Amino acid sequence: MAATLPPPRLLPSGDSAITVEFSRNIDDAANRRVLALDRAMAAEPVTGVTETVPTYRSLLVHYDPVLIDFEKLGETILRLAQRPAPAATATRRWRIPVVYGGEHGVDLEDVAKTLNTTPDEIVARHVAGDYRVAMIGFTPGWSYLSGLADSLHMPRRQNPRLLTPAGTISIGGVQTGVQCLAGPSGWHLLGQTAVRTYQLHRNPIFLLEPGDNVTFVSVDAKTFAEQDRAAEAGEFIAEQIAS
Amino acid sequence: MSKLVIASIGPASSIQDGGRPGAQRYGLVPSGAMDRLALAAANTLAGNDPFTAAVEVGPFGAKFIARGGAVRIALAGAPRNADIAGHSVASDTSATLADGETLTLGFARGGSFSYLAIEGGIAGEPMFGSLAVNARAGLGSPYPRPLQSGDELQTKAASGAPEQRIELPAVTDAPIRVVWGPQDDEFADETKKLFVDSEWKISATSDRMGYRLEGPVLRHLHGYNIVSDGTVNGSLQVPGNGQPIVLMPDRGTSGGYPKIATVISADFGRFAQIPAGRTFRFRAVSMAEAQVEARKFAELLRTLPERLRSIESVDLNIDALHDANVAGHAVSAVDAGTWHAVTLADMAGPD
Repeated sequence: MAATLPPPRLLPSGDSAITVEFSRNIDDAANRRVLALDRAMAAEPVTGVTETVPTYRSLLVHYDPVLIDFEKLGETILRLAQRPAPAATATRRWRIPVVYGGEHGVDLEDVAKTLNTTPDEIVARHVAGDYRVAMIGFTPGWSYLSGLADSLHMPRRQNPRLLTPAGTISIGGVQTGVQCLAGPSGWHLLGQTAVRTYQLHRNPIFLLEPGDNVTFVSVDAKTFAEQDRAAEAGEFIAEQIAS
Repeated sequence: MSKLVIASIGPASSIQDGGRPGAQRYGLVPSGAMDRLALAAANTLAGNDPFTAAVEVGPFGAKFIARGGAVRIALAGAPRNADIAGHSVASDTSATLADGETLTLGFARGGSFSYLAIEGGIAGEPMFGSLAVNARAGLGSPYPRPLQSGDELQTKAASGAPEQRIELPAVTDAPIRVVWGPQDDEFADETKKLFVDSEWKISATSDRMGYRLEGPVLRHLHGYNIVSDGTVNGSLQVPGNGQPIVLMPDRGTSGGYPKIATVISADFGRFAQIPAGRTFRFRAVSMAEAQVEARKFAELLRTLPERLRSIESVDLNIDALHDANVAGHAVSAVDAGTWHAVTLADMAGPD
C-alpha cells in the first residue's frame, strides 16, 4: 500500500460548503487527487452532500447543514481523501477540431512573435499536446485543460478582452482552454472550434467531464464552417477516440 | 387558462425559483431567488410549493393585467405600494385579480426584491428542473431573459380560495453575519478587523452576479491572484482594487480572487435585500453558530404554512392602510388594537 497521503486543508466556504484544498498552486498531482476524491464521493455518497465541484487544486463540497455538520463531514472527507484513486477505466479521450489563426484565432501571430517562432510552430506545439480536463468552471462548459507544453507558457494579457467568441481555443499561463459561450477572457486566442461543450436540447447537454483526456486536430476554415452548422443542429463534432 | 400580461416592468426583474443545483461541476450556476424566504412566503400564500417559480420584481415598479380569467397572486419580500384596480394590497398577503384587472406595484421601499407568486405557478419548460432565468446560459422559461413589457405568464384560473396573510419574523437590520474563509489567511489580522469594524454600502453597479461593496480598501498579503477555486452564494471575494464583491446567485462557479469571508446562508436573503447606498456592517460568527442559524432558517422555511392566517376583507384594508402609512411614519389605524401589531421594524420605514 502507498504511504499515507498528506491530508488536504479543509477551508470553510460558509455554513453549507467546504473547500477541500490539496494545493495552493496549479499542480497536476493535486488535480489528480481532487478528481480522485470527487470520484470517491460519487462512488460512496455521503448523506447531506448535495454537489461536488472539482477545480485545479481543490474540491468544493456543497452540503446541507441540516443533515450533516462541518466537523463530521470534514472527518469523512479526510478519510475518503486517503483512498487510492479508483482505476481510471472510465476515462474518455476526445479529439477536438480547431481552426487556428486568422479571424478565428486573432492572437496566433502575436503569440508566435512573443515566443520567437512561427504561427505554424505554435499550432504544431498545441496539437502535439495530450491534455486533461482539470476543471470546468466560470461559465457553462468553460473547460480548463492541463498539460500545456512549457514552450507555450505565457502570462495572460495585460488587458482582458470583454468579449471573446464562442468556441474559442486559447492559452493563458500554464493552461489551455475550450470556451463554450462568448464572454470575457484574458487569455491569448489561438483558434476556434465548432464543438459545443454546452448545448441545450442535446443529450448530453455537457460534452466534457472533469478528468477527460483531450487532443486537438487542426482543420481549415471551410471544414470549421461545415462543422459549425452540424454542431448547431446538435452533432457532437468532437470524436470520442477511446474510453 | 388565465394569464398575467406584463404591461410594464423595470430592469432586474425575472422569473426565479429554487434554482437548478447539481451542474456547477460543468460551470452552470444554480441561479434562483435572491431572497429564498420571501419567495417561499409568497408561494405559501398562493398555495404553491415553496420554491415554485415566481416573478422576482426588482427595485422599480411594474403593472400586470389578468386576462382570460381571474388570477390569484401573493406578494412578499421588499415592501412596496401595491393595488388591484385601486384597492391596496398589503405585503405578505394573497389577493385575486378579476379578469381585466390591473395589479400595480410601486418602487421597493426598504428592500430590493419582491416576489409575486401566482396560484398554480407559471407555465414553462423546466431545464434541469427549474424555470429560473440565467440569461448568460440561455436558460429560463417562459423567457430566457429578464422580463419585458408585453410578456405573458400563463397560469391556472384562480381557485377562489380565501385570501390569507402570513406572519413572518420581524425584519432586522442587525449586522450581516459571515464566517471567515476560505482564504482569510490571505489577509492580515488588522485587515480582517477593518472588515468587521467598518461601515459598508452596496454600490449601484451591482446585479444578480455580484454586489460590489463600497468601504475601506482591503489589502492582500500576497497579491490578488489565486488559482481559481469554487464559489458559493455569499462568497466575499476581494479583487485587486481591494473593494470586495459579494457573489450572488448568477455568479461564476469558480473565481480567482481571494475570498476573505462568506455570508452565512440564514442571512443571505436579508443581505440581498439591502438597497444600494444604505450603510450596513458585517459580524464574524463561528461555524457552530452559522450552522445553528442555518438549521433554524430551514425550520422557518419548513413551517411557513403554520404562519398563514385568514384574512377578512376589512382586515385587508386596514393592513393595506397600515402598510401605506409605514412609509410616512404616520400613525397607523391598526394601533387601536387590531391583529397587526406595529413592530419597531415596521416603523423603521423606508430609507
